[in-house]
Amino acid sequence: MVNITLGHFLTLGGILFALSVIGIFLNRRNLIVLLMAIELMLLAVNLNFVAFSHYLPMEADRMGGQVFVFFILTVAAAESAIGLAILVVLFRNRASINVEELDELKG
Amino acid sequence: MNSTTALFYVFSAVLLLAAFRVITARSTVHSALFLVLSFFSASCIWMLLKAEFLAITLVLVYVGAVMVLFLFVVMMLDINTDSLREGFYKHLPVAGFIGALIALEMALVLMRGFQLQAPAPTAKAVELGNTKLLGIEIYTEYLYPLQLAAVLLLVAIVAAIALTLRARKDSKHMNPSEQVRAKKADRVRLVKLAPTIEQASLPVAATPPAAPAEGGKA
Repeated sequence: MVNITLGHFLTLGGILFALSVIGIFLNRRNLIVLLMAIELMLLAVNLNFVAFSHYLPMEADRMGGQVFVFFILTVAAAESAIGLAILVVLFRNRASINVEELDELKG
Repeated sequence: MNSTTALFYVFSAVLLLAAFRVITARSTVHSALFLVLSFFSASCIWMLLKAEFLAITLVLVYVGAVMVLFLFVVMMLDINTDSLREGFYKHLPVAGFIGALIALEMALVLMRGFQLQAPAPTAKAVELGNTKLLGIEIYTEYLYPLQLAAVLLLVAIVAAIALTLRARKDSKHMNPSEQVRAKKADRVRLVKLAPTIEQASLPVAATPPAAPAEGGKA
C-alpha cells in the first residue's frame, strides 16, 4: 500500500460532498436536515482547502488555504446561526418546517 | 502501511459512516449527534494534515457552539418527523445515481491527477508551529479581512437576536430610559387655587355640619 497522497484527501472530500447532495435530495422536506447537509458540504470544501494547503510545494503560500478555512468557518457559523433563527421564526408563524408547505411566494 | 495511512482510512471510514447516518437517521436529534461525530473525525483528519489550530477550532466552534445551537433548536421545536419523512425513499434512485456520479467523476479525476506526496516541512514551520504561522499570516497580511469577519459576526449576532426577539404582551416591566428621563413636572402638578374664605353669613344654611367642626377645634 502506498503512502496517502493529495488525491486521497480530495477524493474523501468529493465523496463527502456527494453524500450531502444525496442528503439534500432525500430530506428535501425537513429544513433542519437540509441545513445539516449544507454544513457537511462546507466541511468537504474545508477539507479540500486544508489538504491543498498541506501539499502545496511553494512554502510561501502554504498558509493561505488555512487562512481561507478560518474565514469560511466564521462565515459558516454566522450563516447557521441566522438560518436557525429564521427557522425558529418560521416555526412560530407556520407551526411546521415542511419545505413543501412554504409556497406562499409562488407568483 | 504506516500508521498515518491506517489512521487516515479509519477516520475516513468513521467520517463517511457518520455523514451517511446524518442524512438517513429517522430522528433529527440523531442526525445532529451524527453530525457531531463527523465533525470530530474531520478534525482528526485535519490533525493528520498538520493543521492543529483549525482542527481544534473545528471542535470548539462547531461541536461546542454550532451543533449545540442545532440541538437546542431541534429540541425546542415540536416537529412531527413522520410527515417530514413521507416519500423519503421515493427520490432514492435519482439521488443515489447523481451522488454516485459525482463521487465517481471526482474520484477518477482526483485520484489520477493529484498523486502528490507531502513536501517536507520547512525549517520555519518546524520552529514556529502551525498556530503561530497562522497567527502571523492572519494578523499581518489578512488583517483587514479579519476585521471584516469580526463585523460580520456582530451583524450575525444582531440579526439573530432581532429575528427571534418577541415582546411578551403580559410582562410587567419598567422602561429604564423613560424612568431616567422623568422630570419633576411629570410626577407633581402644582395647581394654583384661589384661597377660599369661609363666609360668616352662613349659619342658617349649614348649622348641622358646623357643630362637629367646632367641637373638633375645641
